[in-house]
Amino acid sequence: MSDIVDYGSGMWNSLPPLVQYVTIVTWKVLFVVIVVMLTVAFSTYFERKVIGSMQARIGPNRVGPLGLGQPFADVLKLLIKEVVIPSRSSKFLFVIAPLLTLTPALAAWAVIPLNDWYVVANINAGLLYVLALTSVGVYGVILAGWATNSTYAFIGAMRIGAQIVSYEIAMGFALVGVLMAAGSLNLGDIVRAQAGGFSHWFLVPLLPLFFVFWISGVAETHRAPFDVAEGESEIVAGFHVEYSGVAFALFFLAEYANMLLVSALTAIFFLGGWASPFEGWLFLDNIAGLAWLREGSFFWLAGKICFFMYTFFWLRATFPRYRYDQIMRLGWKVFIPITIIWIAVEGVMAWLQVGPWAELEIV
Amino acid sequence: MRRTAKEIQMLFHAIVFYCFSALLIVASIGVIVSRNPVHAAMFLVLAFFQSAALWILAEAEFLGIVLVLVYVGAVMVLFLFVVMMLDINVEVVRKGLTRYAPMGIAVSLLMAIEMVQLIWWRSETGNAPMLFQPYPEGYSNTKSLGSVLYTEHVYAFEIAAVILLLAIVAAITLTMRKRPGLKVQNIAEQVAVRSEDRLRIVKMKSEKKL
Repeated sequence: MSDIVDYGSGMWNSLPPLVQYVTIVTWKVLFVVIVVMLTVAFSTYFERKVIGSMQARIGPNRVGPLGLGQPFADVLKLLIKEVVIPSRSSKFLFVIAPLLTLTPALAAWAVIPLNDWYVVANINAGLLYVLALTSVGVYGVILAGWATNSTYAFIGAMRIGAQIVSYEIAMGFALVGVLMAAGSLNLGDIVRAQAGGFSHWFLVPLLPLFFVFWISGVAETHRAPFDVAEGESEIVAGFHVEYSGVAFALFFLAEYANMLLVSALTAIFFLGGWASPFEGWLFLDNIAGLAWLREGSFFWLAGKICFFMYTFFWLRATFPRYRYDQIMRLGWKVFIPITIIWIAVEGVMAWLQVGPWAELEIV
Repeated sequence: MRRTAKEIQMLFHAIVFYCFSALLIVASIGVIVSRNPVHAAMFLVLAFFQSAALWILAEAEFLGIVLVLVYVGAVMVLFLFVVMMLDINVEVVRKGLTRYAPMGIAVSLLMAIEMVQLIWWRSETGNAPMLFQPYPEGYSNTKSLGSVLYTEHVYAFEIAAVILLLAIVAAITLTMRKRPGLKVQNIAEQVAVRSEDRLRIVKMKSEKKL
Protein backbone atom coordinates (compact mmCIF):
# COMPACT_ATOMS: atom_id res chain seq x y z
CA MET A 1 0.00 0.00 0.00
CA SER A 2 2.72 2.45 1.00
CA ASP A 3 4.47 1.69 -2.32
CA ILE A 4 1.45 3.03 -4.19
CA VAL A 5 1.43 6.16 -2.01
CA ASP A 6 5.15 6.69 -2.58
CA TYR A 7 4.72 6.14 -6.31
CA GLY A 8 1.83 8.63 -6.39
CA SER A 9 3.68 11.31 -4.45
CA GLY A 10 6.75 10.75 -6.63
CA MET A 11 4.63 11.22 -9.75
CA TRP A 12 3.14 14.36 -8.26
CA ASN A 13 6.52 15.84 -7.31
CA SER A 14 7.91 15.20 -10.76
CA LEU A 15 5.31 17.52 -12.28
CA PRO A 16 6.37 21.10 -12.99
CA PRO A 17 5.18 23.57 -10.32
CA LEU A 18 2.90 25.36 -12.77
CA VAL A 19 1.05 22.12 -13.59
CA GLN A 20 0.77 21.27 -9.88
CA TYR A 21 -0.66 24.71 -9.19
CA VAL A 22 -3.16 24.57 -12.04
CA THR A 23 -4.31 21.09 -10.97
CA ILE A 24 -4.88 22.15 -7.38
CA VAL A 25 -6.74 25.31 -8.35
CA THR A 26 -8.91 23.44 -10.85
CA TRP A 27 -9.96 20.91 -8.23
CA LYS A 28 -10.68 23.71 -5.75
CA VAL A 29 -12.87 25.52 -8.30
CA LEU A 30 -14.66 22.31 -9.30
CA PHE A 31 -15.38 21.48 -5.68
CA VAL A 32 -16.91 24.91 -5.02
CA VAL A 33 -18.98 24.83 -8.23
CA ILE A 34 -20.31 21.33 -7.56
CA VAL A 35 -21.19 22.16 -3.97
CA VAL A 36 -22.95 25.38 -5.04
CA MET A 37 -24.87 23.58 -7.79
CA LEU A 38 -26.01 20.78 -5.46
CA THR A 39 -27.02 23.31 -2.83
CA VAL A 40 -28.99 25.21 -5.47
CA ALA A 41 -30.77 22.01 -6.50
CA PHE A 42 -31.73 21.17 -2.95
CA SER A 43 -32.69 24.71 -2.02
CA THR A 44 -35.52 24.50 -4.58
CA TYR A 45 -36.73 21.44 -2.67
CA PHE A 46 -36.19 23.27 0.63
CA GLU A 47 -38.17 26.25 -0.65
CA ARG A 48 -41.13 24.18 -1.73
CA LYS A 49 -41.17 22.29 1.56
CA VAL A 50 -40.92 25.50 3.64
CA ILE A 51 -43.60 27.34 1.70
CA GLY A 52 -45.72 24.20 1.67
CA SER A 53 -45.64 23.89 5.44
CA MET A 54 -46.33 27.61 5.85
CA GLN A 55 -49.40 27.22 3.66
CA ALA A 56 -50.44 24.00 5.42
CA ARG A 57 -49.57 21.77 2.45
CA ILE A 58 -47.18 18.83 2.19
CA GLY A 59 -44.96 19.98 -0.66
CA PRO A 60 -43.10 17.60 -2.99
CA ASN A 61 -43.23 14.04 -1.66
CA ARG A 62 -43.49 11.74 -4.69
CA VAL A 63 -40.01 11.39 -6.18
CA GLY A 64 -37.74 9.30 -3.97
CA PRO A 65 -37.87 9.17 -0.17
CA LEU A 66 -39.51 12.35 1.26
CA GLY A 67 -39.53 13.74 -2.26
CA LEU A 68 -35.76 14.26 -2.16
CA GLY A 69 -35.41 13.24 -5.81
CA GLN A 70 -37.63 16.12 -6.91
CA PRO A 71 -34.76 18.55 -7.83
CA PHE A 72 -33.22 15.94 -10.15
CA ALA A 73 -36.58 15.19 -11.75
CA ASP A 74 -37.03 18.93 -12.37
CA VAL A 75 -33.56 19.29 -13.87
CA LEU A 76 -34.10 16.28 -16.13
CA LYS A 77 -37.44 17.65 -17.29
CA LEU A 78 -35.94 21.04 -18.14
CA LEU A 79 -32.97 19.44 -19.93
CA ILE A 80 -35.09 17.38 -22.34
CA LYS A 81 -37.47 20.22 -23.20
CA GLU A 82 -37.16 22.08 -26.48
CA VAL A 83 -35.45 25.47 -26.44
CA VAL A 84 -37.67 27.82 -28.41
CA ILE A 85 -35.98 30.88 -29.88
CA PRO A 86 -38.45 33.57 -30.98
CA SER A 87 -38.08 34.27 -34.70
CA ARG A 88 -37.92 38.08 -34.41
CA SER A 89 -35.49 38.05 -31.50
CA SER A 90 -31.85 39.08 -31.49
CA LYS A 91 -30.61 35.48 -31.55
CA PHE A 92 -27.03 35.79 -30.34
CA LEU A 93 -27.91 37.98 -27.36
CA PHE A 94 -30.97 35.83 -26.62
CA VAL A 95 -28.80 32.74 -26.28
CA ILE A 96 -25.92 34.39 -24.43
CA ALA A 97 -28.07 36.27 -21.88
CA PRO A 98 -28.68 33.30 -19.50
CA LEU A 99 -24.95 32.59 -19.49
CA LEU A 100 -24.21 36.23 -18.67
CA THR A 101 -26.49 35.91 -15.64
CA LEU A 102 -25.07 32.62 -14.36
CA THR A 103 -21.35 33.33 -14.85
CA PRO A 104 -21.02 36.28 -12.42
CA ALA A 105 -23.18 34.46 -9.85
CA LEU A 106 -20.72 31.55 -9.88
CA ALA A 107 -17.55 33.61 -10.36
CA ALA A 108 -18.22 35.60 -7.19
CA TRP A 109 -17.76 32.38 -5.18
CA ALA A 110 -14.04 32.54 -6.00
CA VAL A 111 -13.36 34.94 -3.12
CA ILE A 112 -15.81 33.50 -0.57
CA PRO A 113 -13.83 31.86 2.27
CA LEU A 114 -15.55 28.59 3.23
CA ASN A 115 -13.39 28.17 6.32
CA ASP A 116 -10.11 29.45 7.69
CA TRP A 117 -8.05 28.16 4.75
CA TYR A 118 -10.40 27.08 1.95
CA VAL A 119 -10.78 29.95 -0.49
CA VAL A 120 -10.19 29.66 -4.23
CA ALA A 121 -8.64 33.12 -4.67
CA ASN A 122 -7.43 34.90 -1.56
CA ILE A 123 -7.25 38.39 -3.05
CA ASN A 124 -6.84 41.67 -1.23
CA ALA A 125 -9.71 43.47 -2.94
CA GLY A 126 -12.21 40.65 -2.37
CA LEU A 127 -15.05 42.90 -1.25
CA LEU A 128 -14.69 45.11 -4.32
CA TYR A 129 -14.57 42.04 -6.55
CA VAL A 130 -17.85 40.78 -5.11
CA LEU A 131 -19.50 44.17 -5.59
CA ALA A 132 -18.24 44.40 -9.18
CA LEU A 133 -19.49 40.93 -10.08
CA THR A 134 -22.91 41.34 -8.52
CA SER A 135 -23.35 44.51 -10.56
CA VAL A 136 -22.33 42.71 -13.75
CA GLY A 137 -25.10 40.14 -13.25
CA VAL A 138 -27.72 42.68 -14.32
CA TYR A 139 -26.60 42.53 -17.97
CA GLY A 140 -27.95 39.05 -18.55
CA VAL A 141 -31.37 40.12 -17.38
CA ILE A 142 -31.49 43.38 -19.34
CA LEU A 143 -30.24 41.72 -22.50
CA ALA A 144 -32.69 38.84 -22.12
CA GLY A 145 -35.53 41.32 -21.88
CA TRP A 146 -34.36 43.31 -24.86
CA ALA A 147 -33.34 40.40 -27.11
CA THR A 148 -36.68 38.64 -26.66
CA ASN A 149 -38.38 41.46 -28.57
CA SER A 150 -41.50 41.26 -26.43
CA THR A 151 -43.04 44.13 -24.49
CA TYR A 152 -43.61 42.06 -21.36
CA ALA A 153 -40.00 40.96 -21.28
CA PHE A 154 -38.79 44.48 -21.97
CA ILE A 155 -40.85 46.00 -19.15
CA GLY A 156 -39.51 43.34 -16.79
CA ALA A 157 -35.95 44.05 -17.85
CA MET A 158 -36.36 47.81 -17.38
CA ARG A 159 -37.84 47.33 -13.93
CA ILE A 160 -35.11 44.98 -12.82
CA GLY A 161 -32.33 47.13 -14.24
CA ALA A 162 -33.49 50.22 -12.37
CA GLN A 163 -34.07 48.19 -9.21
CA ILE A 164 -30.63 46.57 -9.18
CA VAL A 165 -28.79 49.81 -9.95
CA SER A 166 -30.67 51.56 -7.13
CA TYR A 167 -30.16 48.92 -4.48
CA GLU A 168 -26.53 48.45 -5.38
CA ILE A 169 -25.80 51.91 -3.98
CA ALA A 170 -27.34 51.09 -0.61
CA MET A 171 -25.51 47.75 -0.63
CA GLY A 172 -22.18 49.40 -1.43
CA PHE A 173 -22.63 51.98 1.33
CA ALA A 174 -23.53 49.26 3.84
CA LEU A 175 -20.29 47.52 2.88
CA VAL A 176 -18.36 50.75 3.48
CA GLY A 177 -19.42 50.38 7.11
CA VAL A 178 -18.14 46.78 7.19
CA LEU A 179 -14.92 47.86 5.56
CA MET A 180 -14.41 50.62 8.14
CA ALA A 181 -15.03 48.20 10.99
CA ALA A 182 -12.76 45.46 9.64
CA GLY A 183 -10.03 47.66 8.14
CA SER A 184 -9.62 45.28 5.22
CA LEU A 185 -11.16 44.41 1.86
CA ASN A 186 -10.16 40.75 2.15
CA LEU A 187 -13.17 38.60 3.08
CA GLY A 188 -11.05 36.26 5.21
CA ASP A 189 -9.64 39.22 7.17
CA ILE A 190 -13.17 40.59 7.63
CA VAL A 191 -14.17 37.31 9.27
CA ARG A 192 -11.00 37.27 11.39
CA ALA A 193 -11.78 40.81 12.57
CA GLN A 194 -14.99 39.43 14.08
CA ALA A 195 -13.25 36.75 16.14
CA GLY A 196 -14.37 36.24 19.73
CA GLY A 197 -17.95 34.96 19.67
CA PHE A 198 -21.28 36.44 18.70
CA SER A 199 -20.89 39.61 20.78
CA HIS A 200 -17.95 40.56 18.54
CA TRP A 201 -19.81 40.09 15.28
CA PHE A 202 -20.44 43.20 13.21
CA LEU A 203 -24.13 42.47 13.60
CA VAL A 204 -24.07 44.27 16.94
CA PRO A 205 -22.39 47.60 16.12
CA LEU A 206 -23.66 47.66 12.52
CA LEU A 207 -27.24 46.51 13.07
CA PRO A 208 -28.84 49.14 10.74
CA LEU A 209 -26.31 48.32 8.03
CA PHE A 210 -27.05 44.61 8.45
CA PHE A 211 -30.73 45.17 7.76
CA VAL A 212 -30.00 47.46 4.83
CA PHE A 213 -27.56 44.95 3.34
CA TRP A 214 -29.83 41.97 3.79
CA ILE A 215 -32.97 43.64 2.40
CA SER A 216 -30.95 45.13 -0.49
CA GLY A 217 -29.65 41.63 -1.10
CA VAL A 218 -33.21 40.34 -1.40
CA ALA A 219 -33.95 43.19 -3.83
CA GLU A 220 -30.77 42.48 -5.84
CA THR A 221 -31.75 38.86 -6.33
CA HIS A 222 -35.25 40.06 -7.33
CA ARG A 223 -36.98 37.67 -4.97
CA ALA A 224 -40.35 38.27 -3.34
CA PRO A 225 -41.43 40.83 -2.15
CA PHE A 226 -39.22 42.65 -4.68
CA ASP A 227 -40.04 40.45 -7.67
CA VAL A 228 -41.83 43.07 -9.77
CA ALA A 229 -39.52 42.08 -12.62
CA GLU A 230 -41.34 38.78 -12.87
CA GLY A 231 -44.71 39.98 -11.62
CA GLU A 232 -46.73 37.11 -13.07
CA SER A 233 -50.01 38.90 -12.38
CA GLU A 234 -49.11 41.89 -14.59
CA ILE A 235 -46.30 41.03 -17.01
CA VAL A 236 -46.56 37.21 -17.21
CA ALA A 237 -43.00 36.28 -16.22
CA GLY A 238 -41.00 39.39 -17.01
CA PHE A 239 -37.64 39.05 -18.68
CA HIS A 240 -37.69 35.24 -19.09
CA VAL A 241 -41.19 35.01 -20.56
CA GLU A 242 -39.96 33.45 -23.83
CA TYR A 243 -37.25 31.23 -22.36
CA SER A 244 -37.78 27.50 -22.16
CA GLY A 245 -35.84 24.33 -21.41
CA VAL A 246 -32.16 24.68 -20.60
CA ALA A 247 -32.12 28.44 -21.16
CA PHE A 248 -34.78 28.88 -18.51
CA ALA A 249 -32.96 26.44 -16.23
CA LEU A 250 -29.86 28.66 -16.40
CA PHE A 251 -31.86 31.71 -15.25
CA PHE A 252 -33.30 29.60 -12.48
CA LEU A 253 -29.86 28.38 -11.41
CA ALA A 254 -28.49 31.92 -11.49
CA GLU A 255 -31.29 33.21 -9.28
CA TYR A 256 -30.70 30.56 -6.64
CA ALA A 257 -26.90 30.85 -6.89
CA ASN A 258 -27.32 34.58 -6.28
CA MET A 259 -29.52 33.92 -3.27
CA LEU A 260 -26.88 31.59 -1.85
CA LEU A 261 -24.23 34.19 -2.56
CA VAL A 262 -26.13 36.96 -0.78
CA SER A 263 -26.74 34.63 2.17
CA ALA A 264 -23.06 33.73 2.34
CA LEU A 265 -22.01 37.38 2.08
CA THR A 266 -24.38 38.46 4.83
CA ALA A 267 -23.04 35.66 7.03
CA ILE A 268 -19.45 36.68 6.31
CA PHE A 269 -19.89 40.43 6.71
CA PHE A 270 -22.17 40.53 9.73
CA LEU A 271 -22.33 37.09 11.38
CA GLY A 272 -18.69 36.11 11.52
CA GLY A 273 -18.62 33.71 8.53
CA TRP A 274 -17.13 30.37 9.51
CA ALA A 275 -16.51 31.52 13.11
CA SER A 276 -18.34 29.81 15.93
CA PRO A 277 -20.85 31.89 17.92
CA PHE A 278 -19.50 30.33 21.14
CA GLU A 279 -15.88 31.24 20.48
CA GLY A 280 -15.72 33.44 23.58
CA TRP A 281 -17.16 30.84 25.97
CA LEU A 282 -13.90 29.66 27.49
CA PHE A 283 -15.64 27.42 30.04
CA LEU A 284 -16.65 25.07 27.20
CA ASP A 285 -13.05 23.79 27.18
CA ASN A 286 -13.51 22.36 30.66
CA ILE A 287 -16.63 20.38 29.75
CA ALA A 288 -15.73 17.06 28.14
CA GLY A 289 -16.93 16.70 24.57
CA LEU A 290 -18.00 20.31 24.06
CA ALA A 291 -14.66 21.93 23.21
CA TRP A 292 -15.38 21.58 19.47
CA LEU A 293 -18.19 24.09 19.85
CA ARG A 294 -15.63 26.87 20.11
CA GLU A 295 -13.86 25.99 16.88
CA GLY A 296 -14.71 27.71 13.67
CA SER A 297 -15.57 25.43 10.77
CA PHE A 298 -17.37 25.27 7.45
CA PHE A 299 -20.48 23.94 9.19
CA TRP A 300 -21.05 27.18 11.07
CA LEU A 301 -21.01 29.06 7.77
CA ALA A 302 -23.34 26.47 6.22
CA GLY A 303 -25.73 26.84 9.14
CA LYS A 304 -25.79 30.62 8.77
CA ILE A 305 -26.36 30.33 5.01
CA CYS A 306 -29.24 27.92 5.64
CA PHE A 307 -30.79 30.37 8.06
CA PHE A 308 -30.71 33.18 5.49
CA MET A 309 -32.03 30.90 2.75
CA TYR A 310 -34.89 30.04 5.07
CA THR A 311 -35.51 33.76 5.58
CA PHE A 312 -35.71 34.23 1.81
CA PHE A 313 -38.50 31.64 1.63
CA TRP A 314 -40.14 32.97 4.76
CA LEU A 315 -40.30 36.45 3.23
CA ARG A 316 -41.75 35.01 0.05
CA ALA A 317 -44.49 33.19 1.93
CA THR A 318 -45.29 36.18 4.13
CA PHE A 319 -45.27 39.44 2.20
CA PRO A 320 -47.28 40.68 -0.76
CA ARG A 321 -45.36 42.16 -3.68
CA TYR A 322 -44.14 45.73 -3.38
CA ARG A 323 -45.48 48.37 -5.71
CA TYR A 324 -42.75 49.67 -8.02
CA ASP A 325 -42.69 53.27 -6.74
CA GLN A 326 -42.53 51.95 -3.19
CA ILE A 327 -39.47 49.88 -4.07
CA MET A 328 -37.74 52.97 -5.44
CA ARG A 329 -38.73 55.00 -2.39
CA LEU A 330 -37.39 52.36 0.00
CA GLY A 331 -34.08 52.17 -1.83
CA TRP A 332 -33.39 55.84 -2.38
CA LYS A 333 -35.17 57.65 0.42
CA VAL A 334 -34.86 55.18 3.29
CA PHE A 335 -31.86 52.89 2.84
CA ILE A 336 -29.32 55.30 1.42
CA PRO A 337 -29.88 57.94 4.15
CA ILE A 338 -29.70 55.23 6.86
CA THR A 339 -26.38 53.96 5.55
CA ILE A 340 -24.90 57.45 5.19
CA ILE A 341 -25.94 58.38 8.73
CA TRP A 342 -24.53 55.16 10.15
CA ILE A 343 -21.23 55.58 8.33
CA ALA A 344 -20.95 59.06 9.87
CA VAL A 345 -21.81 57.66 13.33
CA GLU A 346 -19.19 54.97 12.87
CA GLY A 347 -16.62 57.53 11.79
CA VAL A 348 -17.24 59.70 14.84
CA MET A 349 -17.10 56.67 17.13
CA ALA A 350 -13.84 55.51 15.59
CA TRP A 351 -12.43 59.01 15.99
CA LEU A 352 -13.48 59.09 19.66
CA GLN A 353 -12.02 55.58 20.11
CA VAL A 354 -15.36 54.04 21.12
CA GLY A 355 -16.54 50.64 20.03
CA PRO A 356 -14.97 47.63 18.35
CA TRP A 357 -13.23 49.65 15.65
CA ALA A 358 -11.22 51.65 18.20
CA GLU A 359 -8.31 49.18 18.23
CA LEU A 360 -7.82 49.39 14.47
CA GLU A 361 -4.40 50.63 13.58
CA ILE A 362 -4.46 53.53 11.17
CA VAL A 363 -1.99 52.95 8.38
CA MET B 1 15.53 23.91 -24.26
CA ARG B 2 14.34 23.97 -20.66
CA ARG B 3 13.03 27.27 -19.33
CA THR B 4 13.23 28.41 -15.70
CA ALA B 5 10.09 29.10 -13.68
CA LYS B 6 10.70 32.84 -13.97
CA GLU B 7 10.88 32.67 -17.75
CA ILE B 8 7.70 30.61 -17.95
CA GLN B 9 5.98 33.16 -15.77
CA MET B 10 7.10 36.01 -18.03
CA LEU B 11 6.01 34.08 -21.11
CA PHE B 12 2.60 33.36 -19.60
CA HIS B 13 2.28 37.01 -18.63
CA ALA B 14 3.06 38.08 -22.19
CA ILE B 15 0.61 35.59 -23.74
CA VAL B 16 -2.20 36.75 -21.46
CA PHE B 17 -1.36 40.38 -22.14
CA TYR B 18 -1.48 39.97 -25.93
CA CYS B 19 -4.71 37.96 -25.78
CA PHE B 20 -6.47 40.64 -23.76
CA SER B 21 -5.02 43.43 -25.91
CA ALA B 22 -6.15 41.76 -29.11
CA LEU B 23 -9.65 41.29 -27.69
CA LEU B 24 -9.65 44.91 -26.56
CA ILE B 25 -8.84 46.10 -30.08
CA VAL B 26 -11.48 43.81 -31.61
CA ALA B 27 -14.08 45.05 -29.14
CA SER B 28 -13.20 48.70 -29.79
CA ILE B 29 -13.56 48.22 -33.52
CA GLY B 30 -16.86 46.47 -32.84
CA VAL B 31 -18.14 49.55 -31.00
CA ILE B 32 -17.79 51.74 -34.09
CA VAL B 33 -18.77 49.28 -36.82
CA SER B 34 -21.86 47.61 -35.29
CA ARG B 35 -25.11 48.54 -36.97
CA ASN B 36 -27.18 47.96 -33.88
CA PRO B 37 -26.59 50.48 -31.04
CA VAL B 38 -27.26 47.81 -28.38
CA HIS B 39 -24.57 45.61 -29.90
CA ALA B 40 -22.23 48.60 -29.94
CA ALA B 41 -22.91 49.20 -26.24
CA MET B 42 -22.20 45.54 -25.48
CA PHE B 43 -18.91 45.77 -27.38
CA LEU B 44 -18.04 48.77 -25.22
CA VAL B 45 -18.75 46.67 -22.12
CA LEU B 46 -16.43 44.00 -23.48
CA ALA B 47 -13.76 46.63 -24.11
CA PHE B 48 -14.08 47.85 -20.50
CA PHE B 49 -13.66 44.29 -19.28
CA GLN B 50 -10.52 43.79 -21.34
CA SER B 51 -8.94 47.00 -20.10
CA ALA B 52 -9.85 46.07 -16.51
CA ALA B 53 -8.12 42.73 -17.08
CA LEU B 54 -5.04 44.52 -18.41
CA TRP B 55 -4.93 46.71 -15.32
CA ILE B 56 -5.26 43.72 -13.03
CA LEU B 57 -2.45 42.08 -14.98
CA ALA B 58 -0.32 45.11 -14.12
CA GLU B 59 -1.24 44.54 -10.44
CA ALA B 60 -3.43 47.65 -10.34
CA GLU B 61 -6.32 45.55 -9.03
CA PHE B 62 -8.14 48.46 -7.40
CA LEU B 63 -8.34 50.46 -10.63
CA GLY B 64 -9.31 47.38 -12.62
CA ILE B 65 -12.14 46.36 -10.33
CA VAL B 66 -13.40 49.92 -9.94
CA LEU B 67 -13.51 50.22 -13.73
CA VAL B 68 -15.81 47.20 -13.84
CA LEU B 69 -17.81 48.37 -10.83
CA VAL B 70 -18.42 51.93 -12.03
CA TYR B 71 -18.38 51.77 -15.82
CA VAL B 72 -19.69 48.27 -16.47
CA GLY B 73 -21.92 48.00 -13.41
CA ALA B 74 -23.54 51.43 -13.43
CA VAL B 75 -22.70 53.74 -16.33
CA MET B 76 -23.15 51.23 -19.13
CA VAL B 77 -26.39 49.88 -17.63
CA LEU B 78 -27.90 53.36 -17.79
CA PHE B 79 -26.41 53.79 -21.26
CA LEU B 80 -28.08 50.57 -22.39
CA PHE B 81 -31.38 51.80 -20.95
CA VAL B 82 -31.23 54.95 -23.03
CA VAL B 83 -30.11 53.13 -26.17
CA MET B 84 -32.82 50.48 -25.84
CA MET B 85 -35.58 53.02 -25.27
CA LEU B 86 -34.59 55.54 -27.94
CA ASP B 87 -34.62 53.16 -30.91
CA ILE B 88 -31.88 55.05 -32.76
CA ASN B 89 -31.79 54.78 -36.54
CA VAL B 90 -28.16 54.07 -37.33
CA GLU B 91 -28.50 54.81 -41.06
CA VAL B 92 -29.38 58.44 -40.36
CA VAL B 93 -26.46 58.80 -37.97
CA ARG B 94 -24.12 57.30 -40.56
CA LYS B 95 -25.01 59.79 -43.28
CA GLY B 96 -22.45 62.33 -42.12
CA LEU B 97 -19.67 59.74 -42.05
CA THR B 98 -17.94 60.69 -45.32
CA ARG B 99 -18.22 64.39 -44.58
CA TYR B 100 -16.51 64.10 -41.19
CA ALA B 101 -14.09 61.34 -42.19
CA PRO B 102 -11.05 63.62 -42.95
CA MET B 103 -11.40 65.28 -39.55
CA GLY B 104 -11.62 61.92 -37.78
CA ILE B 105 -8.62 60.53 -39.62
CA ALA B 106 -6.58 63.64 -38.78
CA VAL B 107 -7.39 63.38 -35.07
CA SER B 108 -6.61 59.66 -34.89
CA LEU B 109 -3.33 60.17 -36.78
CA LEU B 110 -2.35 62.90 -34.34
CA MET B 111 -3.07 60.60 -31.39
CA ALA B 112 -1.09 57.76 -32.96
CA ILE B 113 1.90 60.03 -33.56
CA GLU B 114 1.79 61.29 -29.99
CA MET B 115 1.71 57.77 -28.60
CA VAL B 116 4.55 56.52 -30.78
CA GLN B 117 6.60 59.56 -29.84
CA LEU B 118 5.99 58.98 -26.15
CA ILE B 119 7.00 55.33 -26.33
CA TRP B 120 10.04 56.18 -28.47
CA TRP B 121 11.10 58.93 -26.07
CA ARG B 122 10.66 56.64 -23.09
CA SER B 123 12.78 53.89 -24.60
CA GLU B 124 15.41 56.44 -25.72
CA THR B 125 15.86 58.01 -22.29
CA GLY B 126 15.85 54.56 -20.74
CA ASN B 127 13.65 55.40 -17.77
CA ALA B 128 11.01 52.89 -18.75
CA PRO B 129 11.21 49.60 -16.91
CA MET B 130 10.92 47.18 -19.81
CA LEU B 131 10.35 44.22 -17.54
CA PHE B 132 7.37 43.92 -15.33
CA GLN B 133 8.28 44.23 -11.65
CA PRO B 134 5.97 42.33 -9.31
CA TYR B 135 5.05 43.94 -6.01
CA PRO B 136 6.16 42.30 -2.75
CA GLU B 137 3.82 39.89 -1.01
CA GLY B 138 1.08 41.55 1.04
CA TYR B 139 1.21 44.82 -0.86
CA SER B 140 -2.26 46.35 -1.06
CA ASN B 141 -2.97 48.56 -4.02
CA THR B 142 -6.11 49.95 -2.40
CA LYS B 143 -4.34 50.95 0.79
CA SER B 144 -1.51 52.78 -0.93
CA LEU B 145 -3.92 54.60 -3.23
CA GLY B 146 -6.09 55.64 -0.30
CA SER B 147 -3.17 56.83 1.80
CA VAL B 148 -2.14 59.25 -0.97
CA LEU B 149 -5.66 60.27 -1.99
CA TYR B 150 -6.78 61.26 1.50
CA THR B 151 -3.59 63.01 2.59
CA GLU B 152 -1.61 64.67 -0.20
CA HIS B 153 -4.43 65.16 -2.68
CA VAL B 154 -7.31 65.58 -0.28
CA TYR B 155 -8.31 69.06 -1.57
CA ALA B 156 -8.41 68.00 -5.21
CA PHE B 157 -10.36 64.90 -4.16
CA GLU B 158 -12.90 66.90 -2.17
CA ILE B 159 -13.33 69.47 -4.92
CA ALA B 160 -13.99 66.70 -7.44
CA ALA B 161 -16.57 65.23 -5.07
CA VAL B 162 -18.34 68.59 -4.67
CA ILE B 163 -18.40 69.11 -8.44
CA LEU B 164 -19.97 65.69 -8.91
CA LEU B 165 -22.56 66.42 -6.23
CA LEU B 166 -23.34 69.69 -7.98
CA ALA B 167 -23.80 67.82 -11.24
CA ILE B 168 -26.21 65.38 -9.60
CA VAL B 169 -28.29 68.18 -8.09
CA ALA B 170 -28.27 70.11 -11.37
CA ALA B 171 -29.33 67.07 -13.40
CA ILE B 172 -32.20 66.33 -11.04
CA THR B 173 -33.46 69.91 -10.93
CA LEU B 174 -33.28 70.18 -14.73
CA THR B 175 -35.34 67.04 -15.33
CA MET B 176 -37.75 67.36 -12.44
CA ARG B 177 -41.19 68.56 -13.47
CA LYS B 178 -44.21 69.02 -11.29
CA ARG B 179 -47.43 67.90 -12.87
CA PRO B 180 -50.66 69.47 -11.60
CA GLY B 181 -53.31 67.19 -10.18
CA LEU B 182 -50.87 64.48 -9.13
CA LYS B 183 -52.15 62.16 -6.41
CA VAL B 184 -49.41 61.42 -3.89
CA GLN B 185 -49.65 59.29 -0.78
CA ASN B 186 -48.43 60.58 2.53
CA ILE B 187 -46.55 57.53 3.68
CA ALA B 188 -45.91 58.76 7.22
CA GLU B 189 -49.65 59.21 7.62
CA GLN B 190 -50.33 55.76 6.19
CA VAL B 191 -47.88 54.11 8.53
CA ALA B 192 -49.19 55.96 11.57
CA VAL B 193 -52.80 55.01 10.91
CA ARG B 194 -54.69 53.25 13.71
CA SER B 195 -57.65 50.97 13.49
CA GLU B 196 -59.89 53.55 15.24
CA ASP B 197 -59.33 55.99 12.36
CA ARG B 198 -60.68 53.61 9.79
CA LEU B 199 -63.15 51.40 11.57
CA ARG B 200 -66.06 52.30 13.79
CA ILE B 201 -67.75 49.53 15.76
CA VAL B 202 -71.37 50.29 16.43
CA LYS B 203 -73.22 48.39 19.12
CA MET B 204 -76.92 48.00 18.49
CA LYS B 205 -79.68 45.79 19.66
CA SER B 206 -80.74 42.92 17.49
CA GLU B 207 -83.95 43.56 15.64
CA LYS B 208 -86.90 41.25 15.72
CA LYS B 209 -87.88 39.53 12.55
CA LEU B 210 -91.19 40.67 11.26
